Formats: sequence, C-alpha cells, structure tokens
Amino acid sequence: MDERKPPLGLILLALPLLAFLLAPVLITIPISFSADPYLSFPPSGWSLRWYRAAFTGGAVLDVFATSVALGLVVTALSLLIALPAAMALVRLRWGWVSAIESFLTAPLLLPAIVLGLAILIVFAPLGLLATFPGLVAAHLVVTLPYALRILSTALAGAPLAAEEAAATLGASPLRVFWRVTLPAIRPGLAAAAALCFLVSFDEVVISLFLTGPRLSTLPVWMFHHVENEADPLVAAVSVLLIALTLVIVLVVDRTAGLSRTFVK
Amino acid sequence: MTAALAVAPTTPRGGSPVRPAAGPALLAAIVAVNLLGFVVPVLNLLRLSFLKVEATGTLRETFDLSSWQAILTDGFYAGLLVDSVRTCALITGLTLVLSYPIALLIHRCRGTIRTLLLVLVVTPLLTSAVVRTYGWVALLYDQGLVNGMLMALGLSAPLRLMFNTVGVVIGLTEILMPYMILSLLAGFGRLDPRYEEAAMTLGASPWRTFLRVVLPLTLPGIALGCLLTFVLALSSFITPKLLGGGRVFLLATEIYDQAMVTLNWPLAAALSMVILAMFGLALVLYGRLVRRIG
Repeated sequence: MDERKPPLGLILLALPLLAFLLAPVLITIPISFSADPYLSFPPSGWSLRWYRAAFTGGAVLDVFATSVALGLVVTALSLLIALPAAMALVRLRWGWVSAIESFLTAPLLLPAIVLGLAILIVFAPLGLLATFPGLVAAHLVVTLPYALRILSTALAGAPLAAEEAAATLGASPLRVFWRVTLPAIRPGLAAAAALCFLVSFDEVVISLFLTGPRLSTLPVWMFHHVENEADPLVAAVSVLLIALTLVIVLVVDRTAGLSRTFVK
Repeated sequence: MTAALAVAPTTPRGGSPVRPAAGPALLAAIVAVNLLGFVVPVLNLLRLSFLKVEATGTLRETFDLSSWQAILTDGFYAGLLVDSVRTCALITGLTLVLSYPIALLIHRCRGTIRTLLLVLVVTPLLTSAVVRTYGWVALLYDQGLVNGMLMALGLSAPLRLMFNTVGVVIGLTEILMPYMILSLLAGFGRLDPRYEEAAMTLGASPWRTFLRVVLPLTLPGIALGCLLTFVLALSSFITPKLLGGGRVFLLATEIYDQAMVTLNWPLAAALSMVILAMFGLALVLYGRLVRRIG
C-alpha cells in the first residue's frame, strides 16, 4: 500500500537542497588533499601533506588524545550513572516519574552558551578550570540526559515478563539484572554509548569556557585554529572526524535504528 | 520517550529486579550531577546578574542593577536584541523553506532509500559545528568555491559572503536544517498520500492540493520545527563567531565576549537571562499556536 513512488517534481526539488545541506561537509574532502600552504579552491595540486601535518604536529595529537580520553571516561560514567536511574524511572511506577524525567533532561533545553558560562563561574573558584575532572563533570551534564532517554526507551521495551519469570524461579535481583535485563537492552546500551561519546567528543561551546592553554580539546583547538587561520590542516582533521561520525551513525542505525532514535 | 513510557506494562511489579526502597539510591548520582552542574550554576548565574563588577574586574557582593540597567537603557543592547531576533527569524524562515521538500521526500520513501536519506540528514547533524562552519568558510570566502564559480560566470569582483550577516545566515540555515527536517518528519505522521490523490482525483491542481491538504496537515510539524530552529539559532555561537568574524553582533556572541574578553560576568549573566526569557517567550507562543492548530 505504501509502494507509491514520490513525485518526480519533489525529487528534483529536494536533490539540490540535499546538496546544499551536504556541501560544507563534502568540500572539506578535496581541500584536505590540497598541496597549497593556504586555503584555496580548487587546490593547485594534490598531496597528503596536511594529513602528515595532522599526525606529526604535536598540537593536534595532544588535543585529539585529550578528546578521546575525555569521550571514553564521559561515556563510561554516563552509562554507569544513567542506567540505574533509568531502571528506577522505568521499573518503579512512581506518580511523578515524568516530572523527574523532565528535570533530569532539562540541561538539554539550556543554550550551551548559557550553561557554559554558568558552569565556568561555579567551577572557577573550585580550581576546576582547564582540568580533566572539570571537563568530565561539565560534559556529563549534557551526556546524561541523552543516555537516560535512550536507556529508558530500551528498558521500557524490554520484556518484563522474562524478568518476573527469572525472579519467580529464584534468581536474585542482581542475577535477573545481569542475565535477563542487560542482554535485552544491549542495542540501547550501544546506541547510548555511541551518542554519549559523540556528544562529548564534539562538544565545543561549554568546553570553550573550561579549557585553556594547559588543557584543550580537539573541537576547541579547531575553533581557535579556524578563528586565526583557515588553512587545509583543519580540513584534514575534519575528514577524519566525519569518518568517525559516519561510523557512529552506522552503529546507531544497526543497534537502535536511525528512525527510532532521531524521529520520535 | 513519553510514548515509550506510556506503553510500558502496567502490571504490578511482582518480580522486577528493582525494589521501591532502592529508588532514591539509584537516582542519587544523576540527581547530584544535575544539581551541581545545572541547577546550582544557573541559579548562581541569576544571582550574579545582580552583582557589581569593579573596574579592576573583581566582583562586589552588593545588590546592584547596573547590568540590567545597561541592557534596558543602552541603545546598543536594544539594537542587539532586535538584530538577534530579526536574524534568527529570517534563518528560521529560510530553514523551513529549504527543509520542507527534503522532509516530504523522506516521508514518502521507504526501505533502503529512506535509511540512506536519513543518514545524509543525520550525518551533518552529528558532525561538529566547527567542521561545518569551516566548510562554509571554504565555500564563501573571497577565493572560495561560490565566488570562484560566480567569477567564472563573469562577475568582476568577489561578493562579500562572509564576515557579515549574509554569511552567518547562510551557514546557520544549513547547520539548523537537520533539526528542522527531523521535527517536520515527526509531525508528518498524519500525512497520507491517499489524501493528496483524493484531492487530485477530485480535480484540484497540485499547488492547490499542497496548500489545502498537505500544508494544513503538516502545520504541527512546522510549528515544532520553527520553535526548535529559532531557539537553536538564538543560542548558537560557533557559526556567528567564525562566519561573522567579530563583525556580526548577536546575543550569544556578546555573552561570550562579555564573559571571556571584557570579563564582565554580571553583564554576561544578565544577557544569559535575556536569552532564557526569550526562550520562554518562544515556548509560550508555540503553545498558543499549537492550541489554535488543534
């Protein structure tokens, strides 16, 4: 019944718009192979010099390592903190579950520029500026709501009957959780982990307030670099980031489904 | 999400591994992060907007209205506010017009093509705003792709497409399109191609069918998408900063400059409260609109 093809006019209208949407992402690919010392399009020659520069220049590798470590720590903590919370919200049918949930996902409603400033002012006197723990704490504020949402959805869809059966047959609550609940929500866990990592890895506005010369992240370094000189080095780094993003999009699609995660 | 909770089984919790008494313990960590990283900082920001900053940069703990006075009486801030709202409204309108056909196409497609189109929409969404803004720099600067093509077509001098409002509008429109597309898609549930076919069979022109059948059915999605886009445009910082080159003054860039360059935290805090108030206003307008649409 749904086999009707979209009208040709719509396809012809939408294709150039899709090209517009993808243009800034796509143009970084040819530029990253430029042989020119500055940004030019089309490049006068092709080379891998900017990829070499990205991998041999100390600055990029340093901030990349910081961002990866930060992303991994934030992802692990997000799952550890959000999973018990999601269990409580989904499995205990309290009357005010939706109120608690709105409260816990409220940080997503706040503009990052406001949240970043607010966190900066509180963290400054605590000596948390330009420190790894400070960045972890700030990123958790924005990754936890995502983790909570995805894990709650996954838990709500997990079969309660199986848990009840296991408990009736004498399994301890921990064993039920480990052997029945956890395997049932594995796709949700993968999607939550992928998204938390990406949100942390890409986070730039809040991090801008909390980083300094001592400690910076990859997106913050890129921001300052583009601000000063938009050379092809950023393009090479961008292409690597886009590839990483694509992998994560595919992970989310394979595990939780793109439509279900992004089209509510 | 609420839908997912609503379909959760409502049988009593016989063997659920969660005991009610454990609830507070399970929620303790996430509530702590929320309080320390969100509630306390935001309340503190409100308090700070009523403090005074000395010429030396130190804060004085007195009740002081000078930041709010500056915002309400200084013509620069009134202009900033009007400019921000006008620019963001323009961006919202453009984003809607450019996103609608893509959303409609995705809504009509099934299977592999639908997944492919969704990947094409979601990948930019998940790509760092810095990367995408850099892409726009490469497209829009004087020797960039767009000017290169225009010059090849006979234009004598490059158009100034960045370090001005034009660049910010182009860049932000593209950056916000995925949000609009996904909001529209979420609101397209009621749209069934059979309605259109019925209208066309009864003799309506395609344009009339669109105006009288498709558009009214998709109004809820349009309202949601416009709210989200406007709010995100108002709070975006990276793109206005990089494509505006310090020559385009919007609320978000001003907050950053006051906080990190001028080091006037009370004024930055007060401007943050203005953004939040405008968010609230946009939400109220949206609520009214949705009630009218039904």
